Amino acid sequence: MTAALKVDNLAKTFSISGGLFGGQHPGVRAIRPMSFEVQTGETLGIVGESGCGKSTLARMLVGLLEPTEGSIEIEGKALDNADPAAFGRLIQYMFQDPVSSLNPRKTIKQIMEAPLKRLYGMNRAERDARIDEIFDSVNLRPEFLERYPHEFSGGQAQRIGIARALAASPRIIILDEPVSALDVSVQAQVLNLMRRLKSEFNLTYLFISHDLAVVEAVSDRIVVLYFGAVVEIGRAEEVFSNPRHPYTKLLADSAPVVGRPLTAPEQKDSELPDPLNPPPGCAFATRCPRATEICRDRDPALEQVGDDQFAACFHPL
Amino acid sequence: MTFLKLLFRNRLAALGAVVLGIILLLVIVTPILPLQDPDVTNTADRFMTPFSDGHLLGTDHLGRDLLSRLLYGTRVSLAVGIFAALIAGTIGSAIGIVAGYFGGRTDNIIMRGVDMLMAFPYILLALAIVAALGPGLFNALIAVAAVNIPFFARNIRGVTVSLAGREFIDAARLAGMGHTRIILTELLPNVLSTIVIAMSTTVGWMILETAGLSFLGLGSQPPQADLGSMLGEARSQLITDPHTSIIPGIMIFLIVMSINLLGDGVRDALDPRLRSGALTRPRAQTLVNRGGDVPADDRKGILNLQRLSTQFHIGPRIYKAVNEVSLYVNPGECLGVIGESGSGKSVTALSVMGLVPSPPGVVTGGAVRYEGEDLLDMPFERLRQKRGDNVAYIFQDPLSTLHPLYRVGDQLKEAISVHHKVSDKELDRRAIELLKSVRIPNPESRIRNYPHEMSGGMRQRVGIAMALANDPEVIIADEPTTALDVTVQAQILSLLDDLRRERGLAIVFITHDFGVVAQLCDRVAVMYGGRIVEEGTTADILDKPAHPYTARLMACVPELGGGKRELAAIPGLPPIVSDLPPGCAFAPRCDKATEACTQGEIALEGGTHKVRCIHPEEEVA
Repeated sequence: MTAALKVDNLAKTFSISGGLFGGQHPGVRAIRPMSFEVQTGETLGIVGESGCGKSTLARMLVGLLEPTEGSIEIEGKALDNADPAAFGRLIQYMFQDPVSSLNPRKTIKQIMEAPLKRLYGMNRAERDARIDEIFDSVNLRPEFLERYPHEFSGGQAQRIGIARALAASPRIIILDEPVSALDVSVQAQVLNLMRRLKSEFNLTYLFISHDLAVVEAVSDRIVVLYFGAVVEIGRAEEVFSNPRHPYTKLLADSAPVVGRPLTAPEQKDSELPDPLNPPPGCAFATRCPRATEICRDRDPALEQVGDDQFAACFHPL
Repeated sequence: MTFLKLLFRNRLAALGAVVLGIILLLVIVTPILPLQDPDVTNTADRFMTPFSDGHLLGTDHLGRDLLSRLLYGTRVSLAVGIFAALIAGTIGSAIGIVAGYFGGRTDNIIMRGVDMLMAFPYILLALAIVAALGPGLFNALIAVAAVNIPFFARNIRGVTVSLAGREFIDAARLAGMGHTRIILTELLPNVLSTIVIAMSTTVGWMILETAGLSFLGLGSQPPQADLGSMLGEARSQLITDPHTSIIPGIMIFLIVMSINLLGDGVRDALDPRLRSGALTRPRAQTLVNRGGDVPADDRKGILNLQRLSTQFHIGPRIYKAVNEVSLYVNPGECLGVIGESGSGKSVTALSVMGLVPSPPGVVTGGAVRYEGEDLLDMPFERLRQKRGDNVAYIFQDPLSTLHPLYRVGDQLKEAISVHHKVSDKELDRRAIELLKSVRIPNPESRIRNYPHEMSGGMRQRVGIAMALANDPEVIIADEPTTALDVTVQAQILSLLDDLRRERGLAIVFITHDFGVVAQLCDRVAVMYGGRIVEEGTTADILDKPAHPYTARLMACVPELGGGKRELAAIPGLPPIVSDLPPGCAFAPRCDKATEACTQGEIALEGGTHKVRCIHPEEEVA
């Protein structure tokens, strides 16, 4: 199997101007250097809480944001977003808010046609045929094409979002919290549809979410992010049932589960470290029950802790 | 069509449209009217008063017919004003869109240039431009357009900046569109209404500016008439022959007034915020209009909702958001209300203390009893006393419930002092104690924080502290942890659990999350389409769900630890409460539905475990 997506030492620092009289500030490190691979046909889940850099990572992968360091390779070739048309055929993005990702002043047909026209230069007849085909596979009725985005419910709008991403016939789709704005009963409809499309079109998914149970249900492997860095990578069935990093365990214990009594897994102040002034060692050390001197002093590297499981911790569980 | 209807509902805008319409019609037909030549002088007939023979409005200092000059002059003034607005609007909007879309350095350079232009008094700038180009109507037009460009640029840039960050712009980029295409096809249609609004409100202003330049002799040159030059020429006879100034003056007044009235109307009709009625202030208490009898007190719980119905009346449509909902909660008990969006759970909660905005909300039936007293027919002053003091709310988004400009300590103190007269020192002490009770570290320094200086979890703790400020007996929590991260959610939930045990609080907890309900609540009510479809103890509902909706919904929720799998889904969409089907609202999505399910009322039946279903999954006791 070839890697569909390979990320090597990717990092993003947002520079902060110190103002007219301020000195030079090193900037905010939204993503600290990280490396991972996604195999063709795989679903890689990415979880983390707000402020962990999930969305920054996603935007870099689809070329909407320039990385500060490192490289991104798609199917063995370095990512080159100089030509948006060539790039859009490889990787597409599905947005969190289904309604705001559709231009309110355009009909669904106009929205669907844009990638076909710009990326593939199809003529009218080809476009119509292709749109019909895609709408069929995402279970949308063709009469929706003449309507405007505000006429749709969240679930329908999200399916239109899928249809638009599919229209580009990409190899990889980045799904950024694709169901978190949807009701539970509709959420499963969309997730199951995405699973079917994946095998139908031989797609590779990166599934970003804060909902652990949803990520676990759809992913092959899971990456856990904390404060802009990967703290654990492993197989989906292992990561939460057998977490090795204390943060992963905290996440798993915090998720409300039917039949488990209510306990607060930590009583301490759960603030993230200040991104403008990050601590020298492990970013989780202040919240970690197992932290020792070395944790506050040095940043742990990602190390193999089991079959296909890696954790960045000096004292793995 | 709706735009025109909205526009003419505004009487003043309609008046403006009529006046402007008449003026426009007059100037359009001016060339074919049997008027005298406006430029022919006849000094023998100078300064004739209005209504003289052959000169309806009299003549000016050279004996030219004023009516004719007025109409031709209005023609010129209107044309110059409109053209100037179009030019300023086009160039200014183009600058604004480019600056707003590209942002960063481009934005900085362009906008500083615009700022410099704005730093000059506009009339000086216009004079300087005309002085450089030479007097003349066309040059005056250029000058007026140029001084108005910054106004459009700034306005449109602001709108563009907020649009450029929207996801559909990113989506267009990923669809392979270039910058020019994105600006023209994605951004422009969305800012067009703002441009139209800005233009319609500035045309009048530009006509005035052109008239000003002409008045100074820098605009239209003799013998050509425009309203400004007519005023300028009549200036010296203001006392002896006032009609020569008053006539063009009235015309300017009529044009500018009518354009401004119409422009304001256009803005009100186009602006989506104004259209949704954001400017109509809701009443302080939800309108109560109970048609039927008020249910007798059945003495349940501390807070008791009896067959409560709340509707939204929007135009001809009636949204039955809450339909005969009965609920009660005992002291120290936590009642969960679970449902999807549009199920009516939040409206139920807001109806309790009369917080549903009216219009359009109306409570149409039932009773809400607090310790036996009906809150719905209580005078507003008494209800206000009970808000916060007896029944307090915690909302989903603490960032929008806390005032961004006041320190959290001051907001807490205000919440106390509204209900209780206590000294400043005592207020300080209580505020710190409250923050301590919700486990905020360093409360002494935290009371001086502004909301934006706190994390989401900390803010929600402040929200809870505010609800606790007056030691209420009941807390209604509307999705208080939905906006929070899981690790923070766990802390907030355990905090609420401790508080109710320590203080004997009754909590009504509204959520869509079964996991949360399972951990915190004693009893649960499941809502669908504005009704309670199932009710019982938490154990009953979770272990033996009787309504097919409850059972199917629970199956949809992925549980941690299940590994990769196909998820259960419910086909179809939740119902729209303005168009509820007869019978069971869930029937169209239910695989057990029969003919009987779609006919007539189905009652909520059972003892402690009640269900509203003809074919329940489990027999209820």
